[in-house]
Amino acid sequence: MPDLLLEFFSEEIPARMQARAAEDLRKLVTDKLVAAGLTYDGAKAFATPRRLALAVQGIPVRQPDVKEERKGPRVGAPENAIAGFLKAAGLKSIGEAKVQPDKKGDFYVALIEKPGRAAIEVIAEIVPEVIKTFPWPKSMRWGARKMKNVPTINAQGQSIPVVNEKGKTIPVVSDDWLSWVRPLHSIIAIFGPETEEPDIVKFEIEGIKSSDTTFGHRFMAPAQIKVRRFEDYVSKLEKAKVVLDAARRAEMIHADAKNLAFAQGFELVTDDGLLAEVAGLVEWPVVLMGEFDKAFLEIPGEVIRATIRTNQKCFVLRDPQTAKLVNKFIMVANIEASDGGKAIVAGCERVIRARLSDAKFFYETDLKTKLEDRLPKFEHIVFHEKLGTQKERIERIVRLAKELAPIVKADPKKAERAALLCKTDLLTEVVGEFPELQGLMGKYYAEAQGEDEAVAHACEDHYKPKGPDDLVPADPISVAVALADKIDILVGFWAIDEKPTGSKDPYALRRAALGVIRLIIANELRLSLAMAISVPFTAIRYEDERERRISNSMLMMAMRQRGADVETVRRFYRESGEFVHPSDFEEHVWAEFVSIANDLLSFFADRLKVQLREQGARHDLVDAVFALEGQDDLLMIVRRVEALGKFLDTDDGKNLLAGYKRATNIIRIEEKKDKKEYTGAPDPKLYNQAEEKELARTIDTAKAEASKSVAAEDFAAAMSAMAKLRPHVDAFFEKVTVNVDDKALRENRLKLLNEIRSATRAVADFSKIEG
Amino acid sequence: MTSELPAHMRPERSFQGLILTLQLFWADQGCVILQPYDMEVGAGTFHPATTLRALGPKPWKAAFVQPSRRPKDGRYGENPNRLQHYYQFQVILKPSPPDLQELYLKSLAAIGIDAKIHDIRFVEDDWESPTLGAWGLGWECWCDGMEVSQFTYFQQVAGVECAPVSGELTYGLERLAMYVQGVDNVFALNFNGREGAEKISYGDVFLQAEQEYSRHNFEFADTYMLFKQFAMAEEACKKYLAAGWADEKKTRHLMALPAYDQCIKASHVFNLLDARGVISVTERQSYILRVRELAKACGAAWLATAGGGTA
Repeated sequence: MPDLLLEFFSEEIPARMQARAAEDLRKLVTDKLVAAGLTYDGAKAFATPRRLALAVQGIPVRQPDVKEERKGPRVGAPENAIAGFLKAAGLKSIGEAKVQPDKKGDFYVALIEKPGRAAIEVIAEIVPEVIKTFPWPKSMRWGARKMKNVPTINAQGQSIPVVNEKGKTIPVVSDDWLSWVRPLHSIIAIFGPETEEPDIVKFEIEGIKSSDTTFGHRFMAPAQIKVRRFEDYVSKLEKAKVVLDAARRAEMIHADAKNLAFAQGFELVTDDGLLAEVAGLVEWPVVLMGEFDKAFLEIPGEVIRATIRTNQKCFVLRDPQTAKLVNKFIMVANIEASDGGKAIVAGCERVIRARLSDAKFFYETDLKTKLEDRLPKFEHIVFHEKLGTQKERIERIVRLAKELAPIVKADPKKAERAALLCKTDLLTEVVGEFPELQGLMGKYYAEAQGEDEAVAHACEDHYKPKGPDDLVPADPISVAVALADKIDILVGFWAIDEKPTGSKDPYALRRAALGVIRLIIANELRLSLAMAISVPFTAIRYEDERERRISNSMLMMAMRQRGADVETVRRFYRESGEFVHPSDFEEHVWAEFVSIANDLLSFFADRLKVQLREQGARHDLVDAVFALEGQDDLLMIVRRVEALGKFLDTDDGKNLLAGYKRATNIIRIEEKKDKKEYTGAPDPKLYNQAEEKELARTIDTAKAEASKSVAAEDFAAAMSAMAKLRPHVDAFFEKVTVNVDDKALRENRLKLLNEIRSATRAVADFSKIEG
Repeated sequence: MTSELPAHMRPERSFQGLILTLQLFWADQGCVILQPYDMEVGAGTFHPATTLRALGPKPWKAAFVQPSRRPKDGRYGENPNRLQHYYQFQVILKPSPPDLQELYLKSLAAIGIDAKIHDIRFVEDDWESPTLGAWGLGWECWCDGMEVSQFTYFQQVAGVECAPVSGELTYGLERLAMYVQGVDNVFALNFNGREGAEKISYGDVFLQAEQEYSRHNFEFADTYMLFKQFAMAEEACKKYLAAGWADEKKTRHLMALPAYDQCIKASHVFNLLDARGVISVTERQSYILRVRELAKACGAAWLATAGGGTA
């Protein structure tokens, strides 16, 4: 069966787009082939800086034939109806049609056989369609719009329009103006079986006619090449100094770079991102080594690497013994230079020297200014229009880090210092030049000015964990600042109502929330999130320091007594001896806080669910725990979820859950029927069966025991207490009839069932548990 | 072409020799060789021969040197490659010819960059000028890892879709000269190609200016005057645009060029204010938008002139 080869030869395609474009090409073409009934054996796509190529194997020569029945008019219908049918169905006489009975009588039916079209014709339609609709991330037009029927100018300077046979002027039409990633120059489209000379799939687009020719390397083999089929194409390209496969180019670069480094006793610092990019910048990789002045090695290695990598797309090398960078670098050229690469190496070395002198100058300039002396500048830098300046944000981080310090067992003075300095490197020259070095430079500069080691590390580590796989800091100072940084950004964007929606999360708030969760769990921190939220919240809402302090303490107090109203909290505060002015704590701020805190807590719950689900835990158990009042301590929530999960795996757990569901079902049905709720306490005097009394007694003891265990944070014990309910619930259902005629008795029994529901709430909201 | 030149005129020997060679090359390609625009601009793209001529259907080929001022890039003459005043060599070809890359490579060969021993690369670089309401796709052109030119296919200028598309080449002349002369410090460039007592370096010509203008741009530029000038240029631009319409239906405009001068003026004044650090982050955006509005209106006016294709 024939194979198809396509190549789109253009000006240089951005490296970052090539892999995706090759995949898109494969999918678009093969999907359209399949949709046209042309199945295929295999397809592979390729990209170089100047070409996108696709090879599809084993396409049938023709589309399959299609048989179709067309229903015509009734037998005996008027002549013109029959004539119309014959024409539409392509029949010569009515004798060629079949007669089929229907409910309403006999009808003519034409059997139409559509022979499949030649694959090459179908492909000639598919490919231009793919070109026109190709999903480049950014595409462009070039040259002039192609016009048809453009008037010519005669010697007298008159415009002579194009006319048809009848002498009528044909209007000028412009084609759709093609967009491609960069100007497209030629197209290979050939189709044919392995053993024969293939045919050109003929089409024309933007003045480019499909052909069987392409061009070699821009500098080393620019001549035109005629190709026959895929293997021939690959080998001819290779002769013309083009390696078609990006993976192979990357392998070549990696292997040559490693060998070149090894030969001189060095080790290549591998960099997959850079490798992929460089493989997309060359058609014929030639690896060369250059060097720079040893004096530059005084600059931190990361700065050297960033300079050489970001600006020059070169690799750095290290000493395998010390793991320190050496004064060498690896560059990848696109040509085999006639001087063996001398000029290229010399040129590159010069550029890198200039870049490293800049970097060294930046680094040394940075060292001259103490980090804290940069702070005043933050006053003029807007963090976010609605959230004020960077200075205000840093102040909030400092405040929160100080509050969190005792909780994470950090020295409050050091936590405060680290928080104060942690963002200052953003104003240094090096970070200005290489934003990816933020944090790391802060650490270096902090160390250089003699800061405490933990403080210096926090400058770098407070950004962590940056993703689900990043390490979680363990040093208490880093933990305090990392939490403060992340909680502040979350509360800030919640306060101005710019929460993530759908796929939009421009401030990476989901990542921040997951970071908070991981910091808390990994370090086993006991932290009231509501308290933590209240600190930046009041700082955002109150400008005055005293107001802020009082309001803050009040919010904390209020949150500790969740459920308490403002008056209660105010009274509590007054009684504690602190003077509180009524305006210090306004109702609407309180309401806003409660709403933001609750919303943010449920955001944390969602992130926690995602996190636990990835670890294989049941997300419904997270809901069951979060549904209880005042759940803002993530560590306890996770512990409780774990205990609950284990409990539900036991027979006691399963049966208790079943009993719970049975009880709630009965209550729900009866409540609906009676249009009233059975929530009050049952009357012990009305118990008249032993099972009732037993159940009521065990509910009381189980509830008390579970609550006591929960208070002692022994969730396993709380679950065991709940387990004691099970035989009595079972016995109750076995022996006691709920829906008895005696109304008072029935109501009392329903209320007792409701007690099961309320008892289980001591450990979790069982209604949220699935199964 | 270059081999017949006396040594001191050759592109690799003198800064002016490089300029002359490029001019000769592009003149030979049919370009109009213009002289610099007589106003302060941040880049060659601001030259009306680029910005305005890129708009409308008429073909256009031009090349010129444009002194460019970037007040913020001043380093008091202390940095070996940053200048607040430097030269760009601009080529604009409309419509962009299919062999524009080859022409560009030939121009490099003309100034002595041999593609057999140098690694020349087209590295993605999308160009955007928020003040001009313009964008295009293209590359930075690298020679042995150094960026020596910008290569752009204009897609939109002054908020108007470009049809036909213009190809724009911008050579950073100092960088390129440093490369071909093998010099690490811009001020050490040989300007006139002579040696000994007759030699004039780039520093001889421009070092004092870099020191003085850096002082001016960062410390002394009269911000009171500049704020006024911005407002005045903006107002004048709008005034000329309004007065320039020849008819009620706004089919022909008679003062697009003078109006555009004021847009250029406003843009440069803004750059100076920015260098003086008196424009806050939020204000910055609004100034850029104000200049862009002027540029867009000038583009629209230009399209209603003969140069813009209105007969």
